Amino acid sequence: MIQQLVMYEEELSQINNICEVLHRDSNARAVLVIDKNGQAFAQAGEVEQLDVTSLSSLTAGNVAATGAIASLLSEKEFAGQFHEGEKTNVHISIVGQRVIMVVLFDERSSLGLVRLRVRKATAELVNVLDLLAKKTASGTQPSVFSEITDDDIDNLFND
Amino acid sequence: MSFINYSSREINCKIVYYGPGLCGKTTNLQYIYNKTNPEAKGKMISLATETERTLFFDFLPLSLGEIRGFKTRFHLYTVPGQVFYDASRKLILKGVDGVVYVGDSQMERMEANIESLENLRSNLQEQGYDLDKLPYVVQYNKRDLPNAIPMAELEEALNPTKVPSFEGVAPKGIGVFDTLKAVAKLVLTELRKGG
Repeated sequence: MIQQLVMYEEELSQINNICEVLHRDSNARAVLVIDKNGQAFAQAGEVEQLDVTSLSSLTAGNVAATGAIASLLSEKEFAGQFHEGEKTNVHISIVGQRVIMVVLFDERSSLGLVRLRVRKATAELVNVLDLLAKKTASGTQPSVFSEITDDDIDNLFND
Repeated sequence: MSFINYSSREINCKIVYYGPGLCGKTTNLQYIYNKTNPEAKGKMISLATETERTLFFDFLPLSLGEIRGFKTRFHLYTVPGQVFYDASRKLILKGVDGVVYVGDSQMERMEANIESLENLRSNLQEQGYDLDKLPYVVQYNKRDLPNAIPMAELEEALNPTKVPSFEGVAPKGIGVFDTLKAVAKLVLTELRKGG
């Protein structure tokens, strides 16, 4: 059986809220929450001009590579990364060892403020992720897949 | 690790193309990218060296349509084939839902094929996966070259478990979509079992 990350309406709305608050309180350009495999699932701020899919995949690759470097150096993980650009800076942190929080910010904010606000958001996000993990493990939610037939799958490929 | 989003009604899956250096993994993705409607694909990203050898990975997000109101999205990745990039290959296999092994049909690449297949199996094991239990298909690429080994020999050496296999000429697209469809079907079938 394939391991699955499952996201439900209620938890996603809470995570989106956390992103909105972090975006506002840190004066950031944008906030993204992505899973460790590079799939974005929550965002706030100026994301229209961003290629969120590519950004997420590359960030996850970056975090994975940094994690492997940590392990070579006998570190558990490097919990945060910061990239400084001329206009845009990127703060990347691992939350609860499961998801990655990305904050893009410019001169309207500062690394100190972003760090401070990320710390608060991280604590809240960990709580939601814990609840989500329990909900998924309890298996009480209906699965979309039990209803799917071979024909449904075949129909995807009829072109 | 597939990701099911009940809120946005999306299913996301990760497929990894594995194989020895220069076997045509990136060419497979490039062909898919070139032949897919713009609305069904995202940007293709290649982290490559100056000589266009894959350094970390290629990435192509694809939408395949809807199943029961759920959008199915596949994230296709390739690994760097060169032997010394093993640490990178391990990272890319994390969270994989389906594997395509691309073999090189040329006689002189047989040893590299076998080495890469063994490397795939052991790297998966390290992450707690068993290749025999994963959605998995094989593509024998470069079938148009004069020094290509007969299919029967390739099958015997590289596909002992008889998973679905396809002949490929990736630059011309031969076998490319057949391979992708086969692995995508297996991934969705596996998800249904798990669901």
